[in-house]
Amino acid sequence: MSLSAAAELQMSRIAMHKRRKATNAVALMACVCAMAFGLFWLGWILIETIHLGVGGLNLAVFTEMTPPPMAETGGLLNAIAGSLVMVALATLLGTPIGVLAGIYLVEYGQKTWLGELTRFINDILLSAPSIVVGLFIYAAVVAPSKHFSAYAGILALSLIVIPVVIRTTENMLSLIPGALREAAYALGTPKWKVILSITLKSARAGVITGILLAVARISGETAPLLFTALSNQFWSSSLSEPTASLPVTIFKFALSPYENWQKLAWAGVFIITFGVLMLNIAARFLFGNKNKY
Amino acid sequence: MSFLGSSGGRDSWGEIVSSVMSDHHAEGFSLERREPMQRPPSMKGSPVWIDKVFSCLAHGAAILTLLLLFAIIGSLVIGAWPAIAEYGLSFLWHSEWDPVQNKFGGLVMIYGTVITSVIALVIAVPVSFGIALFLTELSPGWLRRPLGIAIELLAAVPSIVYGMWGLLVFSPVLVKYVQLPLQGLLGDVPYLRVLVAGSPVGIGILSAGIILAIMIIPFIASVMRDVFEVTPPMLKESAYALGSTTWEVVSKVVLPFTKTGVVGGIMLGLGRAIGETMAVTFVIGNFNQLNSLSLFEAANSITSALANEFAEADPGLHQASLMYLGLVLFLITFIVLAMSKLMLNRLRKNEGGKS
Repeated sequence: MSLSAAAELQMSRIAMHKRRKATNAVALMACVCAMAFGLFWLGWILIETIHLGVGGLNLAVFTEMTPPPMAETGGLLNAIAGSLVMVALATLLGTPIGVLAGIYLVEYGQKTWLGELTRFINDILLSAPSIVVGLFIYAAVVAPSKHFSAYAGILALSLIVIPVVIRTTENMLSLIPGALREAAYALGTPKWKVILSITLKSARAGVITGILLAVARISGETAPLLFTALSNQFWSSSLSEPTASLPVTIFKFALSPYENWQKLAWAGVFIITFGVLMLNIAARFLFGNKNKY
Repeated sequence: MSFLGSSGGRDSWGEIVSSVMSDHHAEGFSLERREPMQRPPSMKGSPVWIDKVFSCLAHGAAILTLLLLFAIIGSLVIGAWPAIAEYGLSFLWHSEWDPVQNKFGGLVMIYGTVITSVIALVIAVPVSFGIALFLTELSPGWLRRPLGIAIELLAAVPSIVYGMWGLLVFSPVLVKYVQLPLQGLLGDVPYLRVLVAGSPVGIGILSAGIILAIMIIPFIASVMRDVFEVTPPMLKESAYALGSTTWEVVSKVVLPFTKTGVVGGIMLGLGRAIGETMAVTFVIGNFNQLNSLSLFEAANSITSALANEFAEADPGLHQASLMYLGLVLFLITFIVLAMSKLMLNRLRKNEGGKS
């Protein structure tokens, strides 16, 4: 009796052990599948972008204006130029504000209510829908001035730069050891100098990473430009005119039934995807090498 | 540091120094706040006002960020005011959207936004969990970084690229390999039949949901990975030492320890899905209807209505109604993201208290 009971116990133990092993194997297989699932989409998107994008690429894409429908030739020159100008100016406008606010969060307002609140709000703005930023700039700038302009587009993009830069600046500055600051203070250095030439300088690689990521983010943004910079089939001679940008042009061309527009849209998608991915990878490597702290 | 000081048998001076030092480290950079550091008058150098100006600039930048939020809400409320005054809250449950007769209700778009986000979460949450688990527990060390970056690159691909790829590449595949077989399979089954009805064009709620899922996977996965990594190794190792399998450690130790953070990550993904614009605009079909429950029927969402109609809307009730939709969108995402942030903060506090 006791022998058979012991044997039964042993059997049930083995069975349970097997069951646990099996559950584990199934769960871990599912994880591998999830990983493969994620990589599968990335691979598919990149392959299609290369496949369809390279076909549309030629010299004319970079040297000619956006064509009318059904035209034989034409490129994306004005859209590319418009994007470059707007992204550059928006970065120039947004970065100083972002870096200063990041400095505030670490060096001045670490534990104050203003600091906590700003950090909280900034994290929300970081993920807030970008189309709402477009609506805001429309209501604040476009509607009063009654016309669409590159200025409005620049403002909208810079509002997207600010939270990204604040976040990375704050993260990077708080990695700088306090002893470094204390050493500088002990020598009698004024605070602004400690911040600019000790902490900010040590965190330089990280802050630049943040700026690169912000540039990557706004280069692909379409929604905030739709009703601020609008678009333009021709060269915009001034920043107060509606201005074409690569993403908005892709949007317009991709949804059109015209073959030449669709081809250009794929070329644009190729340029933008690889530009943005390169920026991202560059940012990661820059930070990866300098990440000593 | 004070631990080292007291156990190392130092003299009392050493203890004082080390405890003062550890105070500084514990409080962050507290030296500047006690600052008795008026520079000696004899020192030559920059005048004091530079310090003041710099401090004002930094404060100003932070306050500007705060004001931005209020400015956004304020301008949306002002822009939407004609519609708010006209419809009040009933805007939220009326489905008529007729610019010609000037009648507006947001139900169709709100429904589209909610249903696509729910589909996205249903797909993205388990997948992100698996990815985070793979990256923290299973992956060999040398693969961890490249795979992590690859998943993060999914978040870097611009949303317009997802949109164009979804419309021109993914939708036809979805029709051919999912919708038509499903229609063949469920075509005669009552109730289920309505879920797969619709003409095989490939644009609609399901394709929008799937593409949103792909877009939010990297956000959820990266938060989950981060919170899984904060689980104290001691806890995990104890469970392993008792003979637990990897899955048991994850489901009975890591997950309970990090559950607020996991939910916070899911909320972050939800916030992203609700606010996503261009990809949805491409594939949802932009068709105002609520008659069909089908997953393959074209619909509309708040963001795609804004992207398609706003630039051409008359600056009257039509534009105000779109602004109203924008306000609803912003408030929903604000609440979702705020909850996400609070949950992640709570996890961080717990962790601080326990270690």
